[in-house]
Amino acid sequence: MTGRSPFELFAVDTLLDDEERAMRDAVRRFVDERVRPEVGGWYEAASLPVRELATELGDLGVLGMHLEGYGCAGTSATAYGLACLELEAGDSGLRSLVSVQGSLAMYALHRWGSEEHKQEWLPRMAAGEAIGCFGLTEPDAGSDPGSMRTRARRDGDDWVLSGTKMWITNGSVADVAVVWAQTEVDGRDRVRGFVVPTDTPGFSAPEITRKMSLRASVTSELVLDGARLPASAMLPEADGLAGPLSCLGEARFGIVFGALGAARDCLEVALAYAEERQVFGRSLSAYQLTQAKLADCSLELGKGMLLALHLGRLKDAGRLRPEQVSLGKLNNVREALAVARECRTVLGAAGITQEYPMMRHANNLESVLTYEGTSEVHQLVIGQALTGHSAFR
Amino acid sequence: MKIVVLVKYVPDATADRQFESDHTVDRAGVPGLLSELDEYAVEQALQLKEKAEGEDVEVVALTVGPEAAAEAVKKALQMGADSGVHVTDEAIAGSDYLATSQVLAAAVRKVGESGAVDLVLCGMASTDASGSVVPAMLAERLDLPQVTLGSVIERQGDQVRIKRDGDTSTEVIGATLPIVLSVTDQSGEARYPSFKGIMAAKKKPVETWSLADLGVDAGEVGLDAAWSKVEAAEARPPRTQGEIVTDEDGSGATALVDFLASKKFI
Ligand SMILES: Cc1cc2nc3c(=O)[nH]c(=O)nc-3n(C[C@H](O)[C@H](O)[C@H](O)COP(=O)(O)OP(=O)(O)OC[C@H]3O[C@@H](n4cnc5c(N)ncnc54)[C@H](O)[C@@H]3O)c2cc1C
Repeated sequence: MTGRSPFELFAVDTLLDDEERAMRDAVRRFVDERVRPEVGGWYEAASLPVRELATELGDLGVLGMHLEGYGCAGTSATAYGLACLELEAGDSGLRSLVSVQGSLAMYALHRWGSEEHKQEWLPRMAAGEAIGCFGLTEPDAGSDPGSMRTRARRDGDDWVLSGTKMWITNGSVADVAVVWAQTEVDGRDRVRGFVVPTDTPGFSAPEITRKMSLRASVTSELVLDGARLPASAMLPEADGLAGPLSCLGEARFGIVFGALGAARDCLEVALAYAEERQVFGRSLSAYQLTQAKLADCSLELGKGMLLALHLGRLKDAGRLRPEQVSLGKLNNVREALAVARECRTVLGAAGITQEYPMMRHANNLESVLTYEGTSEVHQLVIGQALTGHSAFR
Repeated sequence: MKIVVLVKYVPDATADRQFESDHTVDRAGVPGLLSELDEYAVEQALQLKEKAEGEDVEVVALTVGPEAAAEAVKKALQMGADSGVHVTDEAIAGSDYLATSQVLAAAVRKVGESGAVDLVLCGMASTDASGSVVPAMLAERLDLPQVTLGSVIERQGDQVRIKRDGDTSTEVIGATLPIVLSVTDQSGEARYPSFKGIMAAKKKPVETWSLADLGVDAGEVGLDAAWSKVEAAEARPPRTQGEIVTDEDGSGATALVDFLASKKFI
């Protein structure tokens, strides 16, 4: 017996236009051919061939795809979301690479950078020849980035940066880091962004190893030990926390779709496995308890997709508000994790092995739940939108 | 230089393919796509374009087919072709190879009105009908030389060298453009459309022509004008299980020999 896929059940394709389907199919094919055969190995070895993948993703046009000009494809935000979904069906680490490159580093330069910043970096980053990272979080400042300690001090015309950033995706492999730091303006602290080439003396990026999650992704510390930069290194247009937060909004939007990819992959594997697996003389998928699990997972996946597409259309119309992104990120990552775990149970012991993707996806989603605003932070954002009370502090 | 690539819209081989009541392939009811074998032709056209430094090479994707066949042109544009032509007309439905090649020839001639066509590139066969005869018929109708089954193409000016893989030998053929050339699936992996290609394709020109636009008489094409007709078609019967010889008393070898002899293998 073969049945319908969860997205077919929701007639998701009828909500997409031709170009969106073509781009989705192109990424899916890339993931099937290039990523699936190897991702288990990358995960186990905790290493990702970032450079190779970046140029291949650049050729496809995924990097900074929703940005205009400077070698970027200029697609809709919805198409970008669909690409994230397909990438994350491969692995959240791969999607993280693309999110950080396109939505954090490239977006920051595109939105807040000078014309020289854009000319210098964006075309190479779109092609995957240059890799970017985004340094906001610090060892003692995560959910509350305003409490960051990294400081940019004026010295003549130059800026001198000192401090440590933590949990920075792509850090050790990056050519350029967008680093956020406190500056003193008229006796008051202001967060500003700096474009830091990673060969700047005083900059180093040791990799964080021994992770149990996002193993197919490079995570690093950024150490700024008196890194001296010219005056032109500052992002001229970003003044205050709104700068980095706008970038996070972009990346979170991609995750709203992305997380569903991991869930879909788990569900597809569970459906196929349950069909093949014989228990008590029948196919596991013919039992009511199994069907209840599969039905519930499909329902969450489809609902998540409808939410994602709704947010995508709002974003393309320029009407998406931050608390709406929070609705999507909170729901879709939380449900994707629940789907991954439920699907794991369908496989029994086989589900805990490397042969199947459930544990890898579930482990990855723990990071996805935390980065780009923890679930709690998104609850607080939504709570504030509902009640008018800020409960952050 | 102007290259016309023929692209056929075929039913997706991974879907359930059906015949219509008149035994023609159902092209409307099943999902379709650009014939995979034609993707190789598009790829070769694009490579010729990219290798022609400083020279302007225009790649025109041409399809004949129902409304949905515009998808095949679109895919070629997304891959990198410059413009598209879609010939569509109710009267074309059910056309045989002769009629199809007639329509294609008229369309190639019309494309040539805005600048001579130097090369017509085709796949080695379509993935649905697998006739492989259209390139030859088209060459005849256009009064052009033909080279078929090319696997490597090199061009210098109007001279081309084509490696042709036959069953028993490999030939290298030299030709002077214009020609009609078909290429095999060994000619080089077809590219994915990049996102920039997909976005750019939206703005590329596609012309839609009817038989009247081409000056082709509707009575000469279509099912009624076809030189051959399919009278019946039925699905291949499901495979039956083979005979299993169990060798318990040493008679197995004899049983195998008898079987092979009965099928005239020995
Ligand atoms: C794999 C990975 C990659 C990452 N990549 C990057 C990157 O590229 N760039 C970057 O800048 N950062 C990156 N991060 C960092 C990530 O954004 C932070 O981990 C995240 O913001 C949470 O910060 P924290 O870890 O310091 O946790 P904390 O902020 O210390 O939070 C700890 C717990 O307290 C909760 N909490 C915090 N505040 C409140 C409150 N007001 N009320 C109730 N509960 C609260 C949190 O929800 C959480 O459960 C990455 C993280 C991971 C795991």
